[in-house]
Amino acid sequence: MKKMMLGNEAAARGLYEAGVRVVSSYPGTPSTEITEYAAKYDEMYCEWAPNEKVATEVAFGASLRGARSACAMKHVGLNVAADPLFTLSYTGVNGGMVLFVADDPAMHSSQNEQDSRHYAIAAKVPMLEPADSVEAKDFVKEAYEISEKFDTPVIVRMCTRIAHCQNAVELEDRKEIPVPEYVKQPQKYIMAPANAIKRHPFVEERTRKLVEFGETSPLNRVEKGTSNEKGIICSGTCYQYVKEVFGDKVSVLKLGLVNPLPEKLIRDFAASVDKVYVIEELDGIIEQHLNKLGVPCIGKELFPPIGEFNQATIRAAFGIEQPKSVAADTPIPVRPPVMCAGCPHRGLFYTLAKNKITALGDIGCYTLGSAAPLFALDSTLCMGASVSGLHGFNKVGGADSEKKTVCVIGDSTFMHSGMTGLVDIAYNGSNSTVIIVDNSITGMTGHQQNPTTGYNIKGDPAAAVNLEELCHAIGIKRVRVVDPYNLKQCEDAIKEELAAEEPSVIISRRPCMLLKYVKPKPALKINPDKCVGCKMCMKLGCPAISIKDKKAVIDATQCVGCAVCEQLCKTNAIEA
Amino acid sequence: METKNVMIVGVGGQGSLLASKLLGFLLTEEGYDVKVSEVHGMSQRGGSVVTYVRFGDKVYSPVVAAGEADFIVSFEKIEAARYANCLKDGGKIVVNIQQIDPMPVITGAAEYPENVLEELKAKGVFVDEIDALSLATEAGSAKAVNIVLMGRLAKYFDIDKEKWIAAIEKLVKPQFVEINKKAFELGYSM
Repeated sequence: MKKMMLGNEAAARGLYEAGVRVVSSYPGTPSTEITEYAAKYDEMYCEWAPNEKVATEVAFGASLRGARSACAMKHVGLNVAADPLFTLSYTGVNGGMVLFVADDPAMHSSQNEQDSRHYAIAAKVPMLEPADSVEAKDFVKEAYEISEKFDTPVIVRMCTRIAHCQNAVELEDRKEIPVPEYVKQPQKYIMAPANAIKRHPFVEERTRKLVEFGETSPLNRVEKGTSNEKGIICSGTCYQYVKEVFGDKVSVLKLGLVNPLPEKLIRDFAASVDKVYVIEELDGIIEQHLNKLGVPCIGKELFPPIGEFNQATIRAAFGIEQPKSVAADTPIPVRPPVMCAGCPHRGLFYTLAKNKITALGDIGCYTLGSAAPLFALDSTLCMGASVSGLHGFNKVGGADSEKKTVCVIGDSTFMHSGMTGLVDIAYNGSNSTVIIVDNSITGMTGHQQNPTTGYNIKGDPAAAVNLEELCHAIGIKRVRVVDPYNLKQCEDAIKEELAAEEPSVIISRRPCMLLKYVKPKPALKINPDKCVGCKMCMKLGCPAISIKDKKAVIDATQCVGCAVCEQLCKTNAIEA
Repeated sequence: METKNVMIVGVGGQGSLLASKLLGFLLTEEGYDVKVSEVHGMSQRGGSVVTYVRFGDKVYSPVVAAGEADFIVSFEKIEAARYANCLKDGGKIVVNIQQIDPMPVITGAAEYPENVLEELKAKGVFVDEIDALSLATEAGSAKAVNIVLMGRLAKYFDIDKEKWIAAIEKLVKPQFVEINKKAFELGYSM
């Protein structure tokens, strides 16, 4: 049976068919759906872990006990999971283990454009890169064979255009793999120096064997062209763009095993064509490999290390005429993503902006608080960095800074890596004010449960971390909860906690209004007789409010009746 | 057959993913090789969204580049114009004339280009305007804008209407099938 599947769904199907038993992940676009789809199969235990390091270690434990396991994350998640990965390379696996990493060229939903292939090279583990949904499933199954044959974790690299592209995939049955009796192997799994020093030569030897494997594996294939003039080496998305432009007119070496890279295969391919081109998004990793082999090629001089490509990029680089197109001359205003109407973060950010408070931000929907017209944030670095960053900021700024600086972090991000920063604040006596914006869900990635929500990945009731008690236990005495729909309550709390001579946590708590159980109130209306067009309500940047004929109007299809705007209106023109 | 390209564009939250799913399903049933490419995450939050549907004998690239689209189905007026450069010579725009102000317009930093579709028409672009929001409301739900637009697009496709309806029955939740069938009919017959 064939089914249209997202690359991520096909990857999850691959896990199922490969007999995987345990999947642990932290959500992150564009990797999230791998685990969401995996959780639909009851044969696999699936979970959201608090962060990628934990997820990878859970997968390690499952592998150690003998089962096939997986974890999935976005590219920056691998930075968090790098610690277990580098030593997992030494221990190798018992049951096969696959780590998915999803890169995001062009940064559709990310804070940087890092190329995860560097991790495979640095950690000395094999990496496979599928070019569509069919390969996403097949490569996952092949990855487990490689993992067990070569005793190594295997990384499967996805990227936005593979993860979020659907094409038809042939479904096959699941192969059940029995879990063997547990056998203690301290020399293999206790990576203390005496053992680790013996594992490193194994890793180097394994890489040598993998290079050899890659010379003949069908993962890497040559597609002979009708002309020998150009030979193009590529993988993943770039393969599709090359085929789109050239069809079978050029010879193509399509690499599926992108680390380690083959040598003889590349030399032979290069010898069979007049000129070699390397087309790869992000960094010139294959190109550098060719340089090392002494194989002349053209790569980054034509194909920049920035952004994602498409067929037009290839045409432009080779001087091929682009199709004709027309465009409007009138400039089209940009349409950036915005906080939704009724977003509980809005009232809090308005209060911060109004009081000219410096706010270190974090990763989540609330990063949108940085946009016009609120401009309420000063920094966004990585998961958890707002809390620890605030501590450093205040250590330099002193009392002056402590009175007007906060950090803002979401519930899921706080569980991910914000709480360790709060430990630092408590332990090192920082007079800092931390705001946890608790919308009771992991919002930006599309509503995943997390350890504070009381539900697990299947939607079943689960233990919930009590944020107030957690903050108290960490050593913060001043912990208070506010409703961000109540502007006065927000403002009072922020002023009082900033004034306090000790660290404090404000939990701004209200569930995301997109959650199914949150019932919107009736839309509010503007009374045009009372509205004087002062635009106070416009300061909120609510997408439901606009100005028509010098009066405010509320879009009834968007308004959820949060009434934050009502609290700003000086002429009481906003009515239920 | 040469690969055909459809772009579905709009504002995050308007339901364009169901439209692309429907189209992808239908075209696969028709025996085409199909790729549907979408972007999730950040762009869901009221931002400009674009989905690519490509079909033919063999489809390689998951995306549509400038000058390649046979159809642009736009859920909002100026989103049609934003991606107009992707339209191929002789391609068609099907556009819901609903106006949704982007944030720069709401804050007064930019003006909503009211007449941009007229400008495109003056340049010879085929623009089929439809008040999909009103028709969807008439069908029973403002959320059925996506299926009204699919109904309209179906007029330009050489696929039996019954097959579109069958795809709707297959993909839409049972309680919404009737509304969506009506929405499809309204889009198709307008």
